[in-house]
Amino acid sequence: MTTIFAEGRRAAQTHILTPRLETPFHARLAALDTLNEWYTWSGCKAPHALSDPELEYFAIRSTAALFDISPMVKYRIAGPDAERYLNRLTLRDVRRLAVNRVHYTAWCDDHGHVLDDGTLFRLGETDFRLCCQERHLPWLLDSAFGFSVDIREETEAVAGLALQGPTSFAVLAAAGFGDVQQLKPFDSTTLPHDDVSVTISRTGFTGDLGYELFVPRARALSLWDRLWTAGAAHGIRAIGYDALNQARIEAGFIVANGDFITADGALRADRVRMPDEIGLDWLVDPDKPHFNGRNAILAARRNQTLKNILVGLEIEGNIPAEHALVYHRRKHEAGIVTAGIWSPTAKRNIAIASLERPYGSLYKDDLWVEIYALRELKYQKMMKRAKIVPRPFLRLARRSATPPGLR
Amino acid sequence: MRKFDAIIVGGGHNGLVTACYLQRAGLNVAVLEKNGWVGGAATSRELTPGFLYSNCSYVCSLFRPEIMRDLELPKHGLQVIAYEGGAVFTRDGDYLASYRDHDSHRREFSRYSKRDAEAYDRYARDVTRQCRFIQPLLMRTAPDPFGFRPRDISELLYLARKFGEFGPQEMAQTLRFWTMSIADFLDEYFETDVIKAYLALSGIIGTALGPMSPGTAYVLLHHYMGEVDGSVGAWGYARGGMGAVTQALARSFEASGGTIRTDAPVDRILSRGGRTSGVVLEDGEEVRAPLVVSNADVKRTFLDLVSEKDLPGDFVHRVKHFKMRGSSGKVNIALDSLPEFPALPEGSACIRGDMHFTDSVERMERAYDDWKAGRWSADPFLDMMIPTTIDPTMTSPGKHFMSCFVQYCPPKLAGREWTDADRDAFAETVVSQIAEYSPGFRDRIVHMEVRTPREIEREVGITEGNIFQGELTFDQLLFNRPVPGYAQYRSPIAGLYMCGSSTHPGGGVMGAPGRNAAIEILRDLKRPTERMSKAHEVV
Repeated sequence: MTTIFAEGRRAAQTHILTPRLETPFHARLAALDTLNEWYTWSGCKAPHALSDPELEYFAIRSTAALFDISPMVKYRIAGPDAERYLNRLTLRDVRRLAVNRVHYTAWCDDHGHVLDDGTLFRLGETDFRLCCQERHLPWLLDSAFGFSVDIREETEAVAGLALQGPTSFAVLAAAGFGDVQQLKPFDSTTLPHDDVSVTISRTGFTGDLGYELFVPRARALSLWDRLWTAGAAHGIRAIGYDALNQARIEAGFIVANGDFITADGALRADRVRMPDEIGLDWLVDPDKPHFNGRNAILAARRNQTLKNILVGLEIEGNIPAEHALVYHRRKHEAGIVTAGIWSPTAKRNIAIASLERPYGSLYKDDLWVEIYALRELKYQKMMKRAKIVPRPFLRLARRSATPPGLR
Repeated sequence: MRKFDAIIVGGGHNGLVTACYLQRAGLNVAVLEKNGWVGGAATSRELTPGFLYSNCSYVCSLFRPEIMRDLELPKHGLQVIAYEGGAVFTRDGDYLASYRDHDSHRREFSRYSKRDAEAYDRYARDVTRQCRFIQPLLMRTAPDPFGFRPRDISELLYLARKFGEFGPQEMAQTLRFWTMSIADFLDEYFETDVIKAYLALSGIIGTALGPMSPGTAYVLLHHYMGEVDGSVGAWGYARGGMGAVTQALARSFEASGGTIRTDAPVDRILSRGGRTSGVVLEDGEEVRAPLVVSNADVKRTFLDLVSEKDLPGDFVHRVKHFKMRGSSGKVNIALDSLPEFPALPEGSACIRGDMHFTDSVERMERAYDDWKAGRWSADPFLDMMIPTTIDPTMTSPGKHFMSCFVQYCPPKLAGREWTDADRDAFAETVVSQIAEYSPGFRDRIVHMEVRTPREIEREVGITEGNIFQGELTFDQLLFNRPVPGYAQYRSPIAGLYMCGSSTHPGGGVMGAPGRNAAIEILRDLKRPTERMSKAHEVV
C-alpha cells in the first residue's frame, strides 16, 4: 500500500535541491514577507513574522489574521471501521463526534504516554481527517490491524489556512462564504471554491473568533486571493508564528514538543507524559470502549503514580518567564516554565509550566519563578511570585458567539 | 641495553594512547613497532607517488574526544571533519541517499515508502536510547563480576544503576538489542529492502556474521556510538587519512619525552616466576622493563609472544577460542579523476560520503554464504568512499583516493592459503562491481593496494586480519572481553597488560581500550590518574 513505484521515485530525487519545502501559499507569503525570516515547520519554510510580529498579533485580536497551517501533518482516515478504529486509537469518544464536527483530542502508546495531540475532523460518516504536529504513519497503520480502514498521509496534498480574529467572519462573508454564519465552535462545513470544495471549520489556535480552511493544493492560491481581496476592507493581515504563539499562550493551548515531549521523540525515559500530566485528563473517556493506553492511565490514577502536572501560572511583574525554573518556597525546585509571555490583551504576565507533583497538585501555593533577564550583557536575576490560575488566560465572548459578530 | 619503565608492544592507536598517558604520568615509556612506521591499522601511507591512502581503517567517529583533548591531539595536527551522507545504489539505476538534514533524510526515505520515512524517528530514538546507555561504559573498566574487590562491586552497582534507569520496556529492549540479528531488528521498523540494507551495513562491518545472524544488532550500536563534535552517530574523515590519528599520537608521545622504535619487532615477552621483565626483539636484543603492555591482539600476545607454559591452561583455552575471524578485505585505489556515477544527479553530495552497492539484506546474507564456504563473496558488500572529495591533503587537485572496505573475505580459501593470483582475482571482483555502476572506472585507476586478511595480518599483525581484534558479539563484550577474569587489562603474568581492541570496549579507532588500560596500570602503580579526563557526561 505504501510502496511507491520506480518512476515516481526517480522523479522525486530532486527533493534534495529544496531541503525546505515551500507551502502551497509560499508565493503569497514571500511577496508579503519584508523580513525574510523563515523557520522550519515540519520540513517547510514558515515565517517567524512577515513584517512586525507585534502588529501581526494585534491583527489576531482586532481584525483578521491569515496564517498558513499547511505544514501541519494531516492524515485521511476513511472506511467502514473508521469510527471504531479512531475510537480505539484516541482518548475521546469518537462515536459522539457528529458529521461536520471537529474535536480536539490526543492519542497514547500502550503505556498511556501521549504520542501527540491534534484535531479530528469528521468529514463524513466514514471519513475523517486527523491533524497533528508530529508524524505517525507507522503507528496509525499498525493500529489499523483488524479494522477496515484506509489511511493516507495527505500533508502536502491539502493546503490549510487559519483565518482568525474579530473580523474573520466578515472576511468570509465578503468572500462569498457567508454560509459559515451558522457554524458554532467546532462545526465545519464544505463549500464550493472554483471547481473544488473547501472545508471550513470554526476552529483555531487563538482563542478568538476564527476559522480554518482546507483546500486541495492546486486551489490554494486562488483561495488565498479570494480571502485577501475580500478582506481588504476588514483589515486582513498575513501573520507569522511569533504572533500566533502569543495568541495560543493566551488561549492556554499546548504545543507538542514545546510544552511536553511526545512519547516517540523522548530519548530520556522520564520525559514522557500521560494525558493527566499535561492537562489533557479531560479528554480521557473511561466509559467508552477500550482505547490505547486506557489501562495504564486508569492504573496511574488509581495508584496515584502520576509524576507531573501542567499548570497555568500568573507571575508578578511583566518580564516573560520562558523556560524559567519554578520553585516552591523559593527553595525547592518544582518544575519549569514551558511557555510564557506578557499578555498584551489580558495585561498579565502568563505562563504554562510543567511541575513535578506534589507541586502543583498538593502544594499549590508559595510558588516562585526564577527569571534571568538578559539586559545589555548582564543577567538581572529575580525571584517572582507565581500563582496557579485556570487556563485559558483570556476568555473572549466573541470566540463562541453564534451567529458570529462582524467586528 | 636501555631500561624503560614500560614497553608498549605495537604502535597502533591504542598502544600509542596508553604510551602517551603513561609517559605523561611520569613513566619512561618505549613503543616497539615491527613496521618501519607507527599506526597499526590507522595509517596513511604513500604507496604510489602523490597519493596518500588510509590503508586500513578509513573513517573516524568513535575516537573519544576526551582522549583527543587530554593528549592535545589537535595541537599535534589531528583534525576530524564531518562528511555528508552517502548512498546505496540500487540495481534498477536509482539510489537511496542518506542526508544529514533530518527532513531531507525523511523525504529520501519517502521516495521508497511513506511508512518507512515516518518510521525513522522511532528507530533513531530506540537506537539512540541504547547508545546513551552504552556510551558511558566505553571509558570505564568493566567490572569483574567475581572479583569482589570494592571497585568491582561499585562498578557492578554502577551497571545495575544504569540499567535501573531504564523502564521495564527499555530493559527488555536492551536484552533484545544485545542478542538479536540486525535483520530482525530492522524488520520491526521498516518494510523497504534498500532502506534495511543501508541500515544493516553497520551491523555486519568487520564481523564474520551475516545480517541474519543473532548478535549483529549490537554491532550496529557499536558503530552508532561515535560522534563528531557531539553530533552522535555522525562519521567523519581524519584530515590526512587515518594515519593522522596515529601521527598526532606519536608526536604527542614524543613531545612528552617518549621513545618510539620502529623496525623493532618483538619476538617474545619475557616472563619468569609469573612476572615479566621485558621483551626480546627478533634480532635477539633484549629490552627490559617491569611493565609490558601489549597492543597486539589477545591471540598474538598469549599464543605467540608469551610461552604457553607460563599461562594457566584455562586461560590459554579461552584465548584459543576467542572469536577473531577474518571477514573483510580492503582495496585502496588511486584515481586520476573523480569517478562518475550516472545514477547520481550532477553535484550530488552523496559522492562525498559512503557509497554501497548492496541493496537488500538478502544479498548481504548471500555474500556471507560465500564466506562460510571459504570463498570471498562473488557479490561483495562494499563500503566505499572518496575522502579526497573533502580532504585536499591526500593527493593533488583533481586526483582522488578511493577507499573500499570489502566484505566478506575469508582468512583462508576453502582451507588453503591465499595466493597472489587469488588476491588479484579478489580485486577484480571489487573493481568490476564498481565499474558496473561507474562507466570508465577502470581507466581512471592509477594504482591499487589490495589487502585480503593475509596482507592485513602480515602487515598489521592482527590475527586473521579481523579489524576489531575479536568480534563484537555479546559473548565477547564487557567482562567477557577478551577472557572472563582478565577483562581489566591485566593478564595472568604480573606486569603484563593488554591495551588493544581485544579488550573492552572493543574495536574501531576509539582509543578507549588504550586509555582504560593506562588507568588500570597507573592504579596498580599507585600513581595519580586525575589528569585523565573522565568520560564526558551523557546528559
